[in-house]
Amino acid sequence: MRYAVAGLGLLLISVSAAAEFSGNVAAEAAIFSESPQFEDQFDDNFTFSFQPKWDGEWNDGDDLWSLELFLRADDKDAGREHADIREALWLHVDGDNEWRIGINTMFWGVTESRHLVDVINQIDRVEGIDGEDKLGQPMIHLKRYQDWGVLDFLLLPGFRERTFQEKEGRLRTPLVVDTDQAEYESSEEERHIDYALRFSQTYGDLDLGISWFKGTSRDPVLLPGFDDQGNPVLTPFYEQMTQAGVDAQLIYENWIWRLEFIRREAESNDYDAYTAGFEYTFYGILESVVDLGWLLEYSADSRPDDEADILNNDVFLGTRFAFNDAQSSEILAGFFIDADNQSRSFRVEGNRRFGESWKGTLELQTFSDIDPDDLLAALERDDFVLLEMAYYF
Amino acid sequence: MFKLKPLILLLSITVPATGLAQSPEQKGLEIAQAAKAYDKGFTDNTANMVMTLKNKSGQTSRRLIRIRTLEVEGDGDKSLSIFDEPADVKGTKMLTYSHGLEPDDQWLYLPALKKVKRISSRNKSGPFMGSTFAFEDLGSQEVEKYTYKYLRNEPCGEMNCYVMERYPAYRFSGYTRQVAWLDTEGYRVIKVEYYDRKKSLLKTLVASDFQQYLGHYWRPGLMDMVNHQTGKSTLLEWKDYEFKTGLTDRDFRSQTLKRIK
Repeated sequence: MRYAVAGLGLLLISVSAAAEFSGNVAAEAAIFSESPQFEDQFDDNFTFSFQPKWDGEWNDGDDLWSLELFLRADDKDAGREHADIREALWLHVDGDNEWRIGINTMFWGVTESRHLVDVINQIDRVEGIDGEDKLGQPMIHLKRYQDWGVLDFLLLPGFRERTFQEKEGRLRTPLVVDTDQAEYESSEEERHIDYALRFSQTYGDLDLGISWFKGTSRDPVLLPGFDDQGNPVLTPFYEQMTQAGVDAQLIYENWIWRLEFIRREAESNDYDAYTAGFEYTFYGILESVVDLGWLLEYSADSRPDDEADILNNDVFLGTRFAFNDAQSSEILAGFFIDADNQSRSFRVEGNRRFGESWKGTLELQTFSDIDPDDLLAALERDDFVLLEMAYYF
Repeated sequence: MFKLKPLILLLSITVPATGLAQSPEQKGLEIAQAAKAYDKGFTDNTANMVMTLKNKSGQTSRRLIRIRTLEVEGDGDKSLSIFDEPADVKGTKMLTYSHGLEPDDQWLYLPALKKVKRISSRNKSGPFMGSTFAFEDLGSQEVEKYTYKYLRNEPCGEMNCYVMERYPAYRFSGYTRQVAWLDTEGYRVIKVEYYDRKKSLLKTLVASDFQQYLGHYWRPGLMDMVNHQTGKSTLLEWKDYEFKTGLTDRDFRSQTLKRIK
């Protein structure tokens, strides 16, 4: 026993000696400009996040390990207070094969306004409404390089439920989602083993990806129900689904054309959806070093309006200023307009570095002319300004 | 017919002797080809770079970048830049397959999104990391990127230099002209003056502290780029150069960007 403890101690010492430590700690303050739509929702909020990462390698870089955690402490929104393992991974390189075993977060796809093809990780919804914050997914992943393309084989044991705000939280559904009552179509519930395949290749200026997924849908169907005190709530129901996806990006002069298309088949619905558009960049505008990019993307969904998600017939117009200065200053602004009912949401985000280690972000989000039947109606009074200061180490 | 022969013979003897038939353009091209040939066969190298940005009022900001380069036969080099500082961009990686006159292929790995993004590289005149170096100043130097004009030989420090003009052949270059000083023995680029699209002097690069590697290849230890129009400057300190480290194509794949340490 004593030897085992000593051995473990030695292992920990050698691991921590070989490890690199990095990450960030951030404080965020948000103020909502209108009184809340639902009872108990707060007007302002203050929250902290901590994202440490350790990693290291051995065997001359053929073996790597990494551990990345995410923790959030929240003043008023208990639903946002959470911890997650974004990465806890052993990676082994064997010539043209790469094995990844453990928990990982990955990103598939190319479009900027919507991420249809990206279905491996569950969305960490309480962290943002754009779907770019994700929960770590357990997996056994083989990546194989061939002359004619890269193949990914993924076996995904262990399902992650989507996070949702609790009743105090802004930017939530009209009825609170009771995550304790999650149900599954599969009798194996969250232990169902999902799998996915992907082929990707670069042909000159064209990048192409074709993917396939079979297993538990990351997008729950929200069903009306009651909590244990008899209050009306929504309960998440996770279906089984099969999804085929294509993503493509073509670079031509100042243009970048992007497309994502999916076909999804599940008990509740079989449907197609796509997002397509372009980005055009003006380099060095007005004889400065500032680059200005314009983005236009259109999203469509074949489901009937009342079953589709928010982006069923919507146009995204965005602009990106890259100042190319020492502080890496950037401004991004984006408009979503629903082509059916003209509901609009607008977001502008600016960020820059302060000194060598700090980064500040200022974000403004508004919702206007929201149609009462649009899914955005629940967010109608959730316009906000947010300031985040992050320290990186 | 037989009368012409002696004349041709005579010409073929006198022309190389006087050098009259070689135009400054041809001589410039020959120097550029000789410089490229001199550097051929370095195979691959790795180095650490400390980049210090300085603005007009003297405030500085620092970046740490590790660079791996692979020589590619018959095309531009492949290079990988790994950013270690500032901390908010730590883990960002940029992969470039450079080509002569075609736009490069370029990918960026963004650690916050865990996303590999193919980016447009047409704009080689844009600043690299907010510095006074443009992407085109740091890219692999291919002969066909310019047309040349030899000006003169002159002493440069303890060395003797070829002085020549380079006119960018790349349509989207930020320059109309460069004047370059290359030493006549090792083709070290000692100094370059850059003239902007309005033909006025924009920047001057001075390279120094050269070291020779594998008994042949010269690399500068310091590169100082001053922008005369903005008063900003950027100093690159190159450290820990290693050659023939065994890097292969496998180390320069877009999909390996995420895992590379």
